[in-house]
Amino acid sequence: MTVDNVVALRPSEPARGWLSLARRRRAWLASLLLILFPLIVPFKALAAQILVYGLYALGLNLLFGYLGLLSFGHAALFGVGAYFCGIAVATFGLPWWAGIGLGIFGGTLAAALIGALAIRTRGIYFAMVTLALAQCVYYLFYEEAGWTGGESGLTGVDVKTIDLFGVSFNFVDPLVHYYVICAFVVAALFALSRILASPFGAVIEGVRENEARARASGIDVSRVRLVTFIVSGAFCGLAGALLSLNLSIVSIETLNYETSGLAVMMCLLGGMGTFFGPFVGAALFLLLENIVSLYTVHWQLIVGAAFVACVLFFPRGVWGTLMQGLEK
Amino acid sequence: MAGLTLQLLGLQLFTGVALGALYVLLAVGLSLIFGMLTVVNFAHGAFYMLGAYVGMWLLMHGVNFWLALALAPLAVGLLGLAVERTLIRPLYGRGIDYPLLLTFGLSYIIVEGVRVVFGNTGYPVDTPEILQGAVNIGVGYFPLYRLFVIAATAVILLALWLFLERTSFGLIVRAGARDPQIVRILGVDVARVWLIVFGLGTALAALAGVLAAPLQGVIPEMGGPILAEAFVVTVVGGMGSLVGAVLAGLLVGVVVSMTSLFAPEMSRVAIFALMAVVLLIKPQGFFGRAGLMS
Amino acid sequence: MTERITGVTRRRAAAMAGAALASPFLFHIARAQTANIKVGFPVPLTGPYGAEAQDQVRAAQVAIAEFNETGGLKGRQAELLVRDDKLNPGEAATRALELCETDKVDFVVGSLSASVQLAVNNVTKARKVLYNSISQSDAINEAKDFSPYTFHEALNPHMTGGAVGRYAFAKYGKKVAFLTADYAYGYEMVRGFQAAGKPMGVQTLIDVRHPLGATDFSTLLPRIQALRPEVLVISNFGRDQQIALKQATDFGLKKSMKIVVPILLYTGRIAAGAQAFDGVVGGTSYYWGIEKTIPSAKAFNDRFRKMHNGRVPSDYGSLAYAGVKTFLMASRQAGTTDPQAVIPVMEALKYDDYKGPEYYRKCDHQAVQSVFIIESKNAPAGDPDVFNVIATDAPNEVNLRSCEELGFK
Repeated sequence: MTVDNVVALRPSEPARGWLSLARRRRAWLASLLLILFPLIVPFKALAAQILVYGLYALGLNLLFGYLGLLSFGHAALFGVGAYFCGIAVATFGLPWWAGIGLGIFGGTLAAALIGALAIRTRGIYFAMVTLALAQCVYYLFYEEAGWTGGESGLTGVDVKTIDLFGVSFNFVDPLVHYYVICAFVVAALFALSRILASPFGAVIEGVRENEARARASGIDVSRVRLVTFIVSGAFCGLAGALLSLNLSIVSIETLNYETSGLAVMMCLLGGMGTFFGPFVGAALFLLLENIVSLYTVHWQLIVGAAFVACVLFFPRGVWGTLMQGLEK
Repeated sequence: MAGLTLQLLGLQLFTGVALGALYVLLAVGLSLIFGMLTVVNFAHGAFYMLGAYVGMWLLMHGVNFWLALALAPLAVGLLGLAVERTLIRPLYGRGIDYPLLLTFGLSYIIVEGVRVVFGNTGYPVDTPEILQGAVNIGVGYFPLYRLFVIAATAVILLALWLFLERTSFGLIVRAGARDPQIVRILGVDVARVWLIVFGLGTALAALAGVLAAPLQGVIPEMGGPILAEAFVVTVVGGMGSLVGAVLAGLLVGVVVSMTSLFAPEMSRVAIFALMAVVLLIKPQGFFGRAGLMS
Repeated sequence: MTERITGVTRRRAAAMAGAALASPFLFHIARAQTANIKVGFPVPLTGPYGAEAQDQVRAAQVAIAEFNETGGLKGRQAELLVRDDKLNPGEAATRALELCETDKVDFVVGSLSASVQLAVNNVTKARKVLYNSISQSDAINEAKDFSPYTFHEALNPHMTGGAVGRYAFAKYGKKVAFLTADYAYGYEMVRGFQAAGKPMGVQTLIDVRHPLGATDFSTLLPRIQALRPEVLVISNFGRDQQIALKQATDFGLKKSMKIVVPILLYTGRIAAGAQAFDGVVGGTSYYWGIEKTIPSAKAFNDRFRKMHNGRVPSDYGSLAYAGVKTFLMASRQAGTTDPQAVIPVMEALKYDDYKGPEYYRKCDHQAVQSVFIIESKNAPAGDPDVFNVIATDAPNEVNLRSCEELGFK
């Protein structure tokens, strides 16, 4: 394995007092930012999409940023989560929380199946095998139109109200809509923070930094990879479930290879291997797309150039570079 | 299955080979670049599309087909040189993911650039007059132009083979693909070799694009799906192996063609299923070497 | 190179007032009043149907301008809020949400694919916003997806396939092969053709499905050729149609069979050239050439030419004109944009906007209208007169699936 010169969180590194405090409270700070976010974004629907895609990119980041495995097939995990949740709600009329549970299950299941096959390959092959397997999932869901709606997509994932602790929230209201999704994303952030702080989190980064040494220390590297892939699938599955509730449809494009590429771009733009980077990347990508399309339909030109510039000059991404600057 | 004759099977086999010919040209370029530079070129589909557009543009301005067939790959190959020199070279040694990501972003720029210049809508490209019509190939009538695509691919492959086997530059390329470190130690200017190999690979992609243009016209998005398929070909053949790319390209073409006959809607998933099966049995592909993978 | 429509620049105006003022393309901002009638217009400006989408914007602008020049609704002017749905249902749903929640539009008109249409419908239905869909789908007519707030100005596959089938099978033969894109639109078209062919004793030799977005049909053609059909029906759209026709021509299929398509696309024909489309017969909701016989078409074309440098409107573009215009006219008649008042007016409307008489059927809100059967001719490049109108399938509810069939009681 090549050792990517990407700086992740290194707990052992000395840092300024307030910075290390911020680092210990990273989940709290990240949550606070997300809670304040709708105040600065004019469109609540767009803000909610940023949350969902941020969570999806965060799922990939665990694998790509922290473990150093590049997957080009994460759309499968995201999409299966979305379809499981969508089918549960639209077809079987299950309540929203069951949809979310099944979405997480779907993402995990897809990750277990794809992971078990793909983990046999290494390096650059891994990216291409995940891409190919994700395409298989795409065609499978495309053909099973009876369940998924095929190319027309799945419609009717309608949740009108959310009842919690005896209080009924109007899910059609844009702001309520945002904060319900935000609540799940915040929960995911805390979960990720715990995982990274756990011994397993240290093992993940150990494998990335030096696989041979990890192996020599008696770590079953393949197993670590598979488990991380599956955990990543759970995050992506949750993101998929939230996507289907957010838009009340699931489209087949969710499973497309371009959706896989999107997560990679968001991760890299924001800063892979950083805690909050994926959200910064998702926000940057979606806002950039919207602002640039204010002036030209050729927004992809700018987005592509920004991405290339990031690869060349800011491999740590926007957030990663910012964090690095603060540490100096 | 009614109406299934030996003739139909024969004809189907030929269409598969013609389809495979384009895969081969793309996969050989990809494999050459990967084998030498360990760069997975995600912009390969974009270069293919660019080749088709340049070819279309030349034809539109009265350049004859044969000249366009030479000029378009040359132009795109030059662009390839510039890309390697300015964008990819700074990334060597920074890990295998970075060139991949860079070319991924680059493909967005190229595709959108073409949209800026030529618009969103595609253009038709007429088959050159001399190659129009169909000829009897024994099992039935087959479009002359597709026969030409097969023949042209064979000629290109032969030329490439001679270049790699009979020239000193080819020797360096082959040695470099096996072990770039040793080649560098021997005092060869590896950077120059890499530059030329990248240009050559992109030129091959462009050539495939020009050949494909009369078959399907041109559109900015045409490089996307075929890139995924070309990846499958290189992975099945074994990354970095030219022989593997050729054989796997033809195999994939024929597999697509035969599934089209029996279960057309499965023809695309067949490609990826084939790849999954091959990788499960032989994780390095048919002719891949384990050393290149990590 | 296509002329770029920059109506999309309107989109973030609310968020960025400075940018909005700088934009020269805001047709109505100068006259903006407090209570403008807002028409949300999601269409796929980026992506393969960009040319169609831009034409839809142009046609919608014609409808808006007409309404405003004739006094608006008690002085209230209409404005068009163009959004790029990127031909992606997720994107379209997000844009539709923004239009309904933040921009608070009065109507939504748009979409260019069945999946996007269903996605937008899903959003407008839940938020009780009026929506006129302008792309073809059978699913949207069915009771399951029905919304009292949704109208369907476009044809649907059952009507289109039926009209073309009735004409083609009678004229060219009853031994038929199908080449069909593997998605709902393709199956629905085939179903329409077969429903029309059944009473005529039409025999289906084979129905070959090809993957959506295929670039190579060569592997499918020998098999079709071997069966020797009299008619080959190619049910796909856009780029798939262009490539399929081109390769069918290369393989010499036209020599032994008549090629028929459900929708013969104007922009597709222009983009692919005369050779591939030569002699192909298909249906359309509108072709500008009908102006020779239909006065409302003449009036619309003239208006369109005047506003857009002598261009002629395309088929899908014209649907946008009718889709926007019917809502505006109905709200003027109702004296308000309140959906509860506009819906009954829409349901009672008998209109001739641009192609002869039309009305919305009450049970599914489908526009009952004529289908034109056209044949591509060998016109030189640059000549907009590319089709001959060879027959007209008059508006008749009998040609639609019955309300019971769709699941309405």
